Amino acid sequence: MSGNIIELKNISIAFGGEQILKQLNLSIKDGEFVTLLGPSGCGKTTTLRIIGGFYVPDEGDVLFMEQNINKLPPYKRQINTIFQRYALFPHLNVYDNIAFGLKLKKLPKGEIQSRVTEVLKMVGLQGFENRHIDNLSGGQQQRVAVARAVVNRPRVLLLDEPLSALDLKLRKDMQVELKNIQKSLGITFIFVTHDQEEALTMSDTVVVMNEGIIQQIGTPQDIYNEPENAFVADFIGESNILDGIMKKDLEVEFSGHIFKCLDKGFDKDEAVDVVVRPEDVDIVEPEKGMLTGVVTSVSFLGVHYEIIVDIGGFKWMIQTTDKVENGEAVGLFIEPDAIHIMKKSKYSGLYGDYSSYSDEHDRLSMDAAESEGEIE
Amino acid sequence: MNKKSFGSRLVAAPYYVWAAIFVVVPLIITAYFAFTGKDGSFTLSNMYGISKYGKSFAISILYAVIATAVTLLVSYPMAYFMTKLKISSQRMILLIVMLPMWMNFLIRTYSWITILANTGLINTFLKAIGLGPVQLINTPGAVILGMVYDFIPYMILPIYSVMTKIDHSVLEAAEDLGANGFHRMTKVIFPLSLPGVISGITMVFVPSVSTFYISQKLGGNKNLLIGDAIEFLFNNGPDYYNIASALSLILMVMILLCLTVMNRFDNGEPEGIIV
Repeated sequence: MSGNIIELKNISIAFGGEQILKQLNLSIKDGEFVTLLGPSGCGKTTTLRIIGGFYVPDEGDVLFMEQNINKLPPYKRQINTIFQRYALFPHLNVYDNIAFGLKLKKLPKGEIQSRVTEVLKMVGLQGFENRHIDNLSGGQQQRVAVARAVVNRPRVLLLDEPLSALDLKLRKDMQVELKNIQKSLGITFIFVTHDQEEALTMSDTVVVMNEGIIQQIGTPQDIYNEPENAFVADFIGESNILDGIMKKDLEVEFSGHIFKCLDKGFDKDEAVDVVVRPEDVDIVEPEKGMLTGVVTSVSFLGVHYEIIVDIGGFKWMIQTTDKVENGEAVGLFIEPDAIHIMKKSKYSGLYGDYSSYSDEHDRLSMDAAESEGEIE
Repeated sequence: MNKKSFGSRLVAAPYYVWAAIFVVVPLIITAYFAFTGKDGSFTLSNMYGISKYGKSFAISILYAVIATAVTLLVSYPMAYFMTKLKISSQRMILLIVMLPMWMNFLIRTYSWITILANTGLINTFLKAIGLGPVQLINTPGAVILGMVYDFIPYMILPIYSVMTKIDHSVLEAAEDLGANGFHRMTKVIFPLSLPGVISGITMVFVPSVSTFYISQKLGGNKNLLIGDAIEFLFNNGPDYYNIASALSLILMVMILLCLTVMNRFDNGEPEGIIV
């Protein structure tokens, strides 16, 4: 036994001539909370629907407990899905929605009753049995959708952006609740989201996808601290991505200065991408800094200031608790462990500096991504 | 009363007048004739007189029930498969379904005579291959066929329009929860399309039960339907207005009762209807 409940091997699928997934390989361990993370159109929902049985891949194998299930229809899989817009049955009340799967399995009435009562308690909806679906709030509908899926005791639960329709506060609560449900049931969750914060908070393993290809698989800490390439670095959190030259092991040159770092194993003078997270930069007096620059923008975000510093034409984003003024000259001090070196990739140079950065712009593009269609 | 409601009443006034002249007044006249004798005095004798037409009522209801059932059996699968087609094909079929409705109902019924007659299209063909002739025209089957043909669009359209609104993700959810094709049909699609079925049944049953002309042309006047009886009596002159009105009134009450029962199904507890 490999301990993998789901394995995707060389999966490819195309719709209308457009290649959505390209030779995708992914192994998911039993009991893991795995998140497929990526921008709209990256193929994450398609991957989920292949596991659920709603799409049959053009090429490759889908294995469930080492059995090929390529051709097994969804209703025969020990997998349940929570759909993006819940897809509750409008003609049934809460009880009958949740009991739907159990009734199809022809379980005895008493068992159905006790299992429905149990899951209603788990999602905090006791006493809602006879409520009509239309009379529930978004959060309550979400809970019914969760209950309707987990009551069947699936081995794997698929969640297709289940929180995207909820407001921020409710979303945070549901993140914690879903995580707790997953822990107490001990089943595998495969969660799809485009929200990197959500992915980092909830997951044991994050799978970052773009353009139908897996960019990186790792723990949230790995993904954040050691991104594989410029795409991952840019997509997860904020980052300053600079062109650098690896002078030798543990030494890298960028922005005209040689820094000590912790990375090795590169060729001598190899061109690399350098990532420095905004919170890892210390602001010091200009004469004490490794680099010096001029502050061009200051925004107060509560816990810290987000400042933009122009260093030789490259705009850095730095998060600091020190108060600085717009137009002030500052020095930057960067510890060796704050520097992460990545191999050059097709994404190198795509993500520039923060010269055109504005908070509002970021939020707008996020909303646009959310409102895009389901099919990816 | 505030000004706004006065204004909106003023706008609605022409419709009230219209409804009064063409709906309420005829109803009152019908009721008046139904409960008066030839001399204009109050009497219930017309109501007793309708017992002679019991057979007509029974046959009308029987034919209408059969016609409605056949229409439903043909329309439901048709509407279902229409929703599976490309949008452009769906539009094309909708047009074909509605096309006969642009033609006069009498002409449509009349055209069936040329198809079903003993020397008609079908029998000519059957004779040519040595199987005919078969009596088709002037049979109860021909009358029911006429009803089905004339009223089928009123069944297909409401069912189709409700079915197209069923959210596809709900069907995926059912499949995900273990429902095979049969269960998805019986436990999700059918209950969700029920409002369309109910309005289709209403829109076919009501005109079928009260129809006239179809049975005269295709049924050879052998079995007098209640609609034909009413037409026949009114055509026989003022002496028969009272009994004809009584029949109309009874038919109307009957239809109202049917509608009430149907609506109870429609609005009742949704789980009450599920198999």
